[in-house]
This record gives sequence, C-alpha cells and structure tokens, in this order.
Amino acid sequence: MIRLERVTKTYPKAARPSLDDVDVMIDKGEFVFFIGPSGSGKSTIIKLLLREITPTRGRVVVNNRDVSGMRYWRIPTFRRSLGCVFQDFRLLPNRTAYENVAFALEVIGRSRGVARRVVPEVLELVGLGGKEHRYPNELSGGEQQRVAVARAFVNRPLMLLADEPTGNLDPDTSIEIMRLLDRINRTGTTVVMVTHDSNIVNQMRRRVVEIENGRIVRDQPRGVYG
Amino acid sequence: MRAKYVLSEAALGLWRNVTMTVAMIITMAVSLTMLGASGLLFLQVDKIQELFYAQIQVSIFLTPEITDEQRAELDQTLAADPLVSNYYFESKDDAYQQFQSLFADQPDLVGAVEPESLPESFRVQLTDPEQFQQVSEQYVTAEGVSEIVDQEELVGEMFSILAAVQTMALVGAAIMAAAAMMLVANVIQVAAYSKRREVAVMKLVGAPNWFIQTPFVLEAVVAGVIGALLAFGALAAGKQFLIDGPLSPLTNLLTPVPWRNVLLTLPALAVIGALVSAVTGWVTLRFYLRK
Repeated sequence: MIRLERVTKTYPKAARPSLDDVDVMIDKGEFVFFIGPSGSGKSTIIKLLLREITPTRGRVVVNNRDVSGMRYWRIPTFRRSLGCVFQDFRLLPNRTAYENVAFALEVIGRSRGVARRVVPEVLELVGLGGKEHRYPNELSGGEQQRVAVARAFVNRPLMLLADEPTGNLDPDTSIEIMRLLDRINRTGTTVVMVTHDSNIVNQMRRRVVEIENGRIVRDQPRGVYG
Repeated sequence: MRAKYVLSEAALGLWRNVTMTVAMIITMAVSLTMLGASGLLFLQVDKIQELFYAQIQVSIFLTPEITDEQRAELDQTLAADPLVSNYYFESKDDAYQQFQSLFADQPDLVGAVEPESLPESFRVQLTDPEQFQQVSEQYVTAEGVSEIVDQEELVGEMFSILAAVQTMALVGAAIMAAAAMMLVANVIQVAAYSKRREVAVMKLVGAPNWFIQTPFVLEAVVAGVIGALLAFGALAAGKQFLIDGPLSPLTNLLTPVPWRNVLLTLPALAVIGALVSAVTGWVTLRFYLRK
C-alpha cells in the first residue's frame, strides 16, 4: 500500500535532512501513528505521500505507483485516491458544510446529481446530519473537522492522511474525531495520522512509528506514546 | 455545470480586481493599436512603393549645344536598351508648356522664362527602377548629355521616413506589450492569491490542472480581447476622422487606406491579444501554482 524506501528529504538551505534514510511499509487497511517532537520530520511524510514534495533520495511508493518520479499532470488523478485532513480544517468559509463537501466532487467532474445523493450520506456518517447548511463559522471546531473528514472521505479514497487532525481541538472533541477516523479505518481505508497528542495514541493502541531527527527510532504494533 | 463554474469564476475575478483589470485592458489596447497601425502602414508601404515605382522616371537632360546626330544616336541607344521599358522625348516647347501649367499661378515667373532657356530631355521609364545607378553611369558620359535626374532618390527619402514611422510604432507596440504582459502576470498572481483557499482545496482533492487554471487564463484572455476591441475602435476612428478627414489630401496623394484593411485588423488583433494574454497567464500559473 505505502512503501518508503530509504527516503531522505533535505529541504533547500536546510542544515540537516528532515528525513534521513527512512524505511517504512504500511499495509492496506492499517492504522498508523507517526509521532515525534515538532521538527522531527513527521509532517514531511504526509507531504511526500501527497506528492506535494519529492524525496531528495529514495522512493515513495503509494498504491504500487512510484510517486517520487510522477509527472506533474498525473498528480491530480493520483490525489483522488487519497483523502487528507489538517489541523486547520481548510474549509472554504463562504460555503456551507454541504457545499464544502460537494465542492470536492464538483471540481473533479462529478455531476450535481451524484453530489445530492452522496454528500448527505457522508455528512450523516460523520455525525453532521441536520447541520448541512451551516457555514464553517457557525460550527464548532470539532464539527468543522468533521466536515473536513467528510470532504476527505466523500470520494471513498483508499487512504486517509491526517496531519495533526486534533491539534486545534479539546480532548473530548479529539476523542470523537478519533472515533470517526477509527470508523473510517474499519471500512478498509488505510489511515496515516501524524500527531503529538500522547493521550490519543495511548488510548487507540495502534501501530506507532516514532521519528526523531529524521530517523525512525521505534516502530511497534499496538504501541503507546512512549 | 463545470463550464458555468469556470466562467463565473473568471467574471468574478475580473470584477474583484477591477482597477488592475482596467490597467491591463488599457495597456493591451494601446499596444495593440500601435501594432495595428504599424500593420496597416506595412500594407500601405507596399502599395505606395508599387504605385511610385510604376511612375518613376529618369530624366536625361540634354545640353543646349547637342547636334541632331547626337540626339538621334541617343534615341537609338535608348530604344535598344533592355533596361528601358519606354521613353519619350520632351522638346523645349513641351518643357515650356509643362512649365506654364506647373507655375500657372505665378505669371511673373512664366513671363520671365523663354522656351529657349529650358533644356530638352528624354523621359525614361526603367524596367527595374532599382537599377537607376547603372543607367545613370551609362548615359552620363554620352555626348550631349548634361545631367541625369532620378525621382527615386526623392521617393526613397519618403520611404525611409515611412519606414522610420513604422519602426517607431513597432518599438512602441513592443514596449507596451511588455508592460501589458507584466500586468497580466501580476493580475493573475493577485487573482490566484485571492483564491488561494479554493486553489489549495482543489489541488488537494485532485481537480485537474486545466480546471484550476482556466478561470485565471480566461480572465486574461477576456481582458486581451476587450483590449483588441478598443484598439480596433481606435484604428477605425483614426480611419474615419483622420485619414478620411483632415489627412485625406495626403492619403489621396499616396494611396487610400481601404476599409477592408482596417476591418482585417479586428480578427488579427483579437487573436494576438487573446494569445499573448493566454500564454502569459498560463506561464505565470505554471510557476505560481506548481507544487
């Protein structure tokens, strides 16, 4: 599903690499936490998987495709097989919850009819039934993140990437979002989550990959924050 | 439905940034007007050249002391010369009549000149007006020839003035075009920045690149086409109110600028304006949105 093979990423002008010779393998349907202090290089992994950046050395293979050498014009199609949520939700403020999710369908060419059928379904799934027509500023942080999860999931991606999805949420709300991600994982979607929220990692008891100074220092199934 | 999205986004973008849009349209219009004017001039110079070269004469003036044999010999040489397409002899009396009609409004001058004081000449038309030099060398040494005058030198001067005007218009068009392109690049960057949230989401969920870029490129193209329309308006107004107005004596002397040529500039300028904007916009976005 996902393979990082001896991946090194050095940003221009950086003194040392953000990722240094990293090997990771993630199977289909897994739920993996990448943990580590800020600046450890864990967010770089999400960027590599999204093909926002390319590795300095090594290969990044997603769904059996070498992402590192992918041509510019192939990226959009590739990204449709992924969903992604971020700490800052990244919702469009001038669109309702429904419209935010429908936007993700419209811009890849799905018809309005498809959106009318699929969007209420996925909003129901994330627990926002009845709040479809609220604007982001009328929703709580947790609810906004649910909209973002709905948008990431509406295309039924093979893989969900989450970059500190609970970073802006209080502990109770964080746990609700984790339940949601867990539910999505149970549908067979691979979930890769970058976090430094020890509470959550300790409660979930899933695979934990710890990164420090760009190197993997621990990789254990059903791990804790350490 | 996607087409509707693309179009409405383009319209919205133009409106959101209306001062820059207007600046872009104006520079585009000025640049295209200059380009169109120099294009029209280019078409005109060709025609003027044709007209004048057809009329150009070389005058071989004869000395007063020329003998009848010398004149007859010159006549024969000219008749046999392959460089001469046709010629005629202008006697003292012919010259006097020409002189009288030319200076009819200055009777004092006409009164002061006798037919005897005017020179005889052969008026020669060349098969190729550019070969004046050769012809001149050939006849200037002949017996009984006093001077050879070619109108081409005069015409040539006029053409070099026209060429200079044309070059100036082209240089002006190029400078304005550079300014217009920088404005297009700037407008597009501002537009892309003001829509950065949408662009980020679209890239994240895998919207095709053309779909992300088209509204911005379309904005530039619309501005380019409006600029072309204004430029065409300026050229048409120039034709109507200048060339057919106060400048008409001058243009009738040369060759008239036909409406057909002016109308021709509309599609030409529209295509150039649209193409320049589209390419500039697209290249800008390639750098701005690439990640």
